[in-house]
Amino acid sequence: MILTSLEVDPKEFEARTGWAIKPEGACKDHICVPLAAGAHAGKLDARMLSERLGMPLVHDADAKVWCLGPEAMGHALTTARAPELALPDYKGNQFRLSSLRGQKALIVTWSSW
Amino acid sequence: MWQALRNELHPKGLEIVTVALDVDPEAARAWIEQTNPNHPSLIDSAHRVDELFGVVNVPNSVWIDEEGMIVRPVEPAWPERDNPPDWQTMADSPDVPEQLRETLKLARNIRTQPKEYTDALRDWVEKGRASRYALPPEEVIARSGPRGKAEAEAAAHFELGQYLWETGRRELAPKHWREAHRLQPDNWTYKRQAWTLADPFQGPTDLYDSCWVEDVRKIGAENYYPPLNLTPGGGK
Repeated sequence: MILTSLEVDPKEFEARTGWAIKPEGACKDHICVPLAAGAHAGKLDARMLSERLGMPLVHDADAKVWCLGPEAMGHALTTARAPELALPDYKGNQFRLSSLRGQKALIVTWSSW
Repeated sequence: MWQALRNELHPKGLEIVTVALDVDPEAARAWIEQTNPNHPSLIDSAHRVDELFGVVNVPNSVWIDEEGMIVRPVEPAWPERDNPPDWQTMADSPDVPEQLRETLKLARNIRTQPKEYTDALRDWVEKGRASRYALPPEEVIARSGPRGKAEAEAAAHFELGQYLWETGRRELAPKHWREAHRLQPDNWTYKRQAWTLADPFQGPTDLYDSCWVEDVRKIGAENYYPPLNLTPGGGK
């Protein structure tokens, strides 16, 4: 998640990472990680999220930009519940993976390179 | 490439979603428009699926059931093709640039398993949860690939490089991509994406420590894709 300051908006954080901020902490599927006291109100401190969720916080000093990476919890998937994937299709229309609920889906990567 | 399989399996309840990993969306769009697909054909310029699902190469796939549960995490994926590419003939063509010739020669030895893969896919589409290829949640997580400190940091550096590239500070991107390569050397999408922006043939450049031919020779082309693990409970 790209950040231009160390303050993180909880709604953006949830949309981008799948971690919802609740009174009990940051939660994804059935996993909840406690946050610093009072952290569920208002903006979140990226350094606190980095420390609590094991998310690397890397910085580019020239561009004055940070990136908060994914949680390092051992495996690429923290839960088998599919994350929301929101991407544009080749015509520019926004697609959401959740729109395929009720069907089986095969996601397959390719590239022009 | 996936259109025929999609037409076969869509009436049986499967949708195929292709995701192009291209920092330059126009590069992907040109290819897609030629095939005029009737399934969702997405462009992922930030390599979001690398982070979300643990994608490390192309083609890689993820299977998701009707309830939105992943039943097979990232693994290599190939459709059966009537006319698979003939790398040898392409390599023998006299007007092929040298770097590309070496690439094509290595490509001959890359192991692919389209028959095994598509048979497993058809079995799942037919039987759903009862298919031996649909894995339980704990095995899905266990097989989804490592994400320790190094892999998570690689994802952050890759994303930062992509953001800087996209926002016009391209000279700042390669140092982050080099870090991503160093931290997660077996992520081919991070490497091939960066190499291709420096040299379309992914040959050696001053910007990066390695190139496709060199890295594939090092591991052996036959190990470029891990073998499919189609045995339930088959470890990893």
